[in-house]
Amino acid sequence: MSESHSAHYNEGLIKKYLFSTDHKIIGMQYLFTGIFMGLTGAFMVYVFRMQLAFPGIHVPGFGLVSQAAYNALVTNHGAIMIFWFAMPVLIAAFGNFLIPLMIGCDDMVFPRINRLSYQIFFLSVIVLFASFLVPGGGFGGAWTAYPPLSAKAEYNLTPMGAPLWLIAVALEFVAFLLGGINFITTLMNARAKGMKMYDVPMVIWMIVIASLLFMASVGPLIAGAIMLLFDQFIGTSFYDAAKGGDPMLWQHLFWFFGHPEVYVVLLPPLGMAVEVITTFSRKKLFGYKTFLHSVYITGILSFVVWAHHQFVAGIDPRMANLFAITTLIISVPIAEICFLVMATLYGGSISFTTPMLFALGFIIEFIIGGVTGIFLGASGTDIFFHDTYFVVAHFHYTFVPIAVIGFFIGIYYWFPKMFGRMMDERLGKIHFWGTIIPFNLIFIPLFFLGMYGEHRRIYNYQHFPELNTPGLYFLRELATVSTVVMLAFQTVFFYNFVRSLWKGKKAERNPWKANTLEWVAPSPPPHGNFEKMPEVYRGPYEYGVPGRSTDFWPQNEPN
Amino acid sequence: MSSCTIPIANTRSVTGIRTAKLATWWIIGSEIVIFGGLLVSYLLLRLHNLDWAHDAAHTNTWAGAFNTFVLLTSSYFVVLAHQAAEERNGAQAYRYLWYTIGGGLVFMLVKAYEYGTKIHHGITLSSGVFWSFYYTATGLHGCHVLAGMIIMAFVAHAAKKGENLHRVECIGIYWHFVDVVWIFLFPLLYIAK
Repeated sequence: MSESHSAHYNEGLIKKYLFSTDHKIIGMQYLFTGIFMGLTGAFMVYVFRMQLAFPGIHVPGFGLVSQAAYNALVTNHGAIMIFWFAMPVLIAAFGNFLIPLMIGCDDMVFPRINRLSYQIFFLSVIVLFASFLVPGGGFGGAWTAYPPLSAKAEYNLTPMGAPLWLIAVALEFVAFLLGGINFITTLMNARAKGMKMYDVPMVIWMIVIASLLFMASVGPLIAGAIMLLFDQFIGTSFYDAAKGGDPMLWQHLFWFFGHPEVYVVLLPPLGMAVEVITTFSRKKLFGYKTFLHSVYITGILSFVVWAHHQFVAGIDPRMANLFAITTLIISVPIAEICFLVMATLYGGSISFTTPMLFALGFIIEFIIGGVTGIFLGASGTDIFFHDTYFVVAHFHYTFVPIAVIGFFIGIYYWFPKMFGRMMDERLGKIHFWGTIIPFNLIFIPLFFLGMYGEHRRIYNYQHFPELNTPGLYFLRELATVSTVVMLAFQTVFFYNFVRSLWKGKKAERNPWKANTLEWVAPSPPPHGNFEKMPEVYRGPYEYGVPGRSTDFWPQNEPN
Repeated sequence: MSSCTIPIANTRSVTGIRTAKLATWWIIGSEIVIFGGLLVSYLLLRLHNLDWAHDAAHTNTWAGAFNTFVLLTSSYFVVLAHQAAEERNGAQAYRYLWYTIGGGLVFMLVKAYEYGTKIHHGITLSSGVFWSFYYTATGLHGCHVLAGMIIMAFVAHAAKKGENLHRVECIGIYWHFVDVVWIFLFPLLYIAK
């Protein structure tokens, strides 16, 4: 790195790490805040799973779980894992870190808006934690916050917790709107010379399309959240059927956002999986344009499927038919995407590195999540499965691969670039199997529990004679013990992470022999990223091109 | 300002459109869905509650019509400001931007008068779902008018010194958007009795 460049970016420590406008530092801030929130959400699931499997137990590290605490834990586990773990880590952390590096420029186009985005996000974290400390405790009306439960303090018994929770979510939305506008304009306007539309690495496409979907879907929910806040605070009756309002309105506004949100968080790890799978099978992505167009179609369809969450909420059965059809159609482009990934692997020279294992695990587990979704998308079977643990198992089979496995794909693959050191492969593989096996042992039992009729959001199943059987309790205990095992294995990851920061093997610029531009920069890249701004001559996946001495062909290498 | 070096990223323009203008359009895109969600909610509930027409009869159509005229006129001034900025005439742009802010101020005063008389007659945010929508929609719109006026004052201040003249167009685009939102609100809340 040239001296003049570094002097140009010279900053004090506090300014560098707390108030930086550098996209990489902001990405790290999002990453570590997101990991902290992920651990918070994980602690919550540990506590309430213990209560479910061993009712009345004094949970080590928490104590007796009251009914109100149980509701607050379940609610905030869901909200935190989606809004404060999956989104900040997958979109904001990796988006911030990767977009400028992978499109060959030095920063986002609006660095200060980027910093503001993180600051608002941080504020939302503080407001969320504050919501646990107020009289009445944290909000317990489920992460979907359906009125009238969420709207009336006399029902939810959390007069302060509910509005604070809602404000925290709204602040988080603002942070991601600001970040999203930055991501989109950066990709549109700041690409390296020569980088055409179809030379953009897939993960960047995915993060930016995710930002677009978020932007297009969250607006009605922001309006809805304002109306809900007014119902809570001022006594309006937007959602009060007795006074001319309609509680179903919230469900429509929530799920009009909520379903595209699934794809908002799915797309970034899908893009990461593509980067990893092409690199470690040394093959070109099969059908780049088909992949991209399938994602477009998925994105568009995701706006017309929302009412499949409301099949038993009293919507018109004719409308239910319509939404069942659109929901089943959306599996076509998703299946197409999975086939493209398999075709990429076919005949490749595959090496099972840790990021590759996580990428393959992501695809396989997500397929299980997708296939079980068909039973819920069809309105007939959904009547039986609705609000049971089958639903819980289904969406965890999509969200855990997305948020947890997706996070590990990204961190194991880009760790050398982020911190300039390699992570330990052996520990990585132990961590992989220690995550993936317990994960299946948690949620396969939940599918069966759901089929036996176990309803969600129940504090203690001993109160239900037909659910209070030794067989069902065995399944609950299996899921809970597996949860504890899975969480315990995460210590391997954190040990590996911290140890590698100081003691890992020094990483060269391009340890994986990959093609995309971030590997041209030093590891870790300095403020400003590149010594000389790269130019782009080809697409990102030119692996194993015949007639070349190496099996990769970096995007920036002149012919 | 000096603490932040302008990144190379900000000097690029692959699409040929200035980044600031591009971002303005995306902000408007995200605003459209916010107002869209609110107005579609209103429309769907209104179609199921025909008796809201009795409430709607109490909105002040003449005040609304006058405000429509004021906003449209202010939009005309912001176009003139843009034209002045294109001609690199910062002082002229400054003047027209302040005419626009003046239009916004008149709009807000009329709004305050409307709110005041309504509340005086006991019609508040919680007087029924129609009035909840009325206050929420016009209030949210009013916040946007206010925000536009404040940002415009900053843009005008810089324009007077000949700095960042491209921002005149951006704030103009935003002002037109706020105007268009009102074009939807006025018939839906004031005319449809």
